[in-house]
Amino acid sequence: MKSLIAKPVAVIVLLFARAITAVRPFWHEGRLPRRRSIFFANHSSHGDFILIWAVLPPRLRRRVRPVAGADYWLKSKLRSFIGRDVFNAVLIDRNRDARTMDPVESMGEAMKEGSSLILFPEGTRNQSDASLQPFKSGLFHLAALHPDFELVPVWIANLNRVMPKGEFVPIPLICTVTFGEPMHLADGEDKDMFLERAREALLALAPKKAAE
Amino acid sequence: MSSTQFDMMVLVLGVCGILLTASFVGQILERRLSPDGSNPAIENLNARINAWWVMAILIAIAFVAGRIGVLLLFGFCSFAALREFVTLTNTRRADHWALATAFFVVLPLQYVLLWIEDYEIFSVFIPVYAFLLMPIISAVRGDTQHFLVRIAEVQWALMICVFCASHVPALLTLHIPGYEGRNVLLIAFLVIVVQLSDVLQYIWGKMIGRTKIAPRLSPSKTVEGFVGGIACASLVGAGLWWITPFSPLQAGAMAFLITLMGFFGGLVMSAIKRDRGVKDWGHLIDGHGGLIDRLDSVVFSAPIFFHLTRYFWSPG
Repeated sequence: MKSLIAKPVAVIVLLFARAITAVRPFWHEGRLPRRRSIFFANHSSHGDFILIWAVLPPRLRRRVRPVAGADYWLKSKLRSFIGRDVFNAVLIDRNRDARTMDPVESMGEAMKEGSSLILFPEGTRNQSDASLQPFKSGLFHLAALHPDFELVPVWIANLNRVMPKGEFVPIPLICTVTFGEPMHLADGEDKDMFLERAREALLALAPKKAAE
Repeated sequence: MSSTQFDMMVLVLGVCGILLTASFVGQILERRLSPDGSNPAIENLNARINAWWVMAILIAIAFVAGRIGVLLLFGFCSFAALREFVTLTNTRRADHWALATAFFVVLPLQYVLLWIEDYEIFSVFIPVYAFLLMPIISAVRGDTQHFLVRIAEVQWALMICVFCASHVPALLTLHIPGYEGRNVLLIAFLVIVVQLSDVLQYIWGKMIGRTKIAPRLSPSKTVEGFVGGIACASLVGAGLWWITPFSPLQAGAMAFLITLMGFFGGLVMSAIKRDRGVKDWGHLIDGHGGLIDRLDSVVFSAPIFFHLTRYFWSPG
């Protein structure tokens, strides 16, 4: 029953996201991402994963699962319906002390089943003035455990202006989703080096501000 | 078949003929010069021609659907244009409600006012009411940084994308003696003359263009293209007098005026793009860039064309 409603809801969300943002993807050198990918993106709005999901070709879209915080997405029936049933999110417990399952393990499980992931390595939405907050270590562990997955940096531009924190009416603005060059963990690269490199790769995709 | 329908059919056949010719030439160029799709100019030309087909078909469908079709089409154009415009502005969080009002209240209301044909309110709603309301909404939030700039940008976005653009469908509301039921042809006249002028300026410029008009603004605009394009488009406009309430001479003069406004409209909108550091307004139309890139000359000519037609041909 739930899955019967989930499909049309997904289509409605897709149409709505397109109507508001006219979202447009820029692929790295015009090439579509591979099937086994981890998309890691900047995080400023709850709609971030929807935009990535919306621009992926249907073939890839069916196999991609966003990684999201269980504390947020299980808070109400509606959220859990959208997170779990519509988008099939990998829900992870962000609370270190209370959790029963290691996030890297849950994500690895999904990857073994053949899913790609959408991951926000900042861990939470960025509400600071900095373009990008420091990365959490999950991305590194996934890269080390699953070397056959491409790590694709993805910059989502403008969505934070569409719906700033605390507002509920979206402003129609054009959003772009830029996919960077896929990367892998290098031989002998340690956690901090790798995370810094990944962060730089993502930051490089951010649009340059027009001259003031 | 009424004379309006007959004239409309002649127009549709004419436009189809021109587009078929363009598609044919485009295909030949592609076969000869760019069989592997390596020539960007030809690829862009063909993308543009295909987009022209889509635009012509959309406008034709709107015309067939009547008043509601035309209003919906231009309402959507206003929405997409406003979205492109506001994307490039310096709005801050405090402008959220002003922007929401612009998109979801002011824009639809302007088209509702066209539907009920209340010219008195239609003509002052944005320049008076919206212009005073917008800064009030933003001021209430108390953020004073760049206040005047932010307000001016939202107001101008509304002026260009909603007020000016809505003057195209507003042509339907004019009551011109002896021209009843034919108003939709005025829209056809305006759109055909302005768009043709853009294309002709481009072609003349490519052929003999040497002297750049405003190299810093728009490197492709040349004096030769400007003179040739405007002269030709004015002649075509004069030749289209039979779909207008004007005499051939008047139609030519109107065409001259609207192509002139169209040219400078393009120039002004280029200046804004340069200032914002972008090449196109958006990416809605393949080969043309954003909707405003295609609409810039129409929005500048529409209010003038509407006003002059109303002033001289529509008594009371």
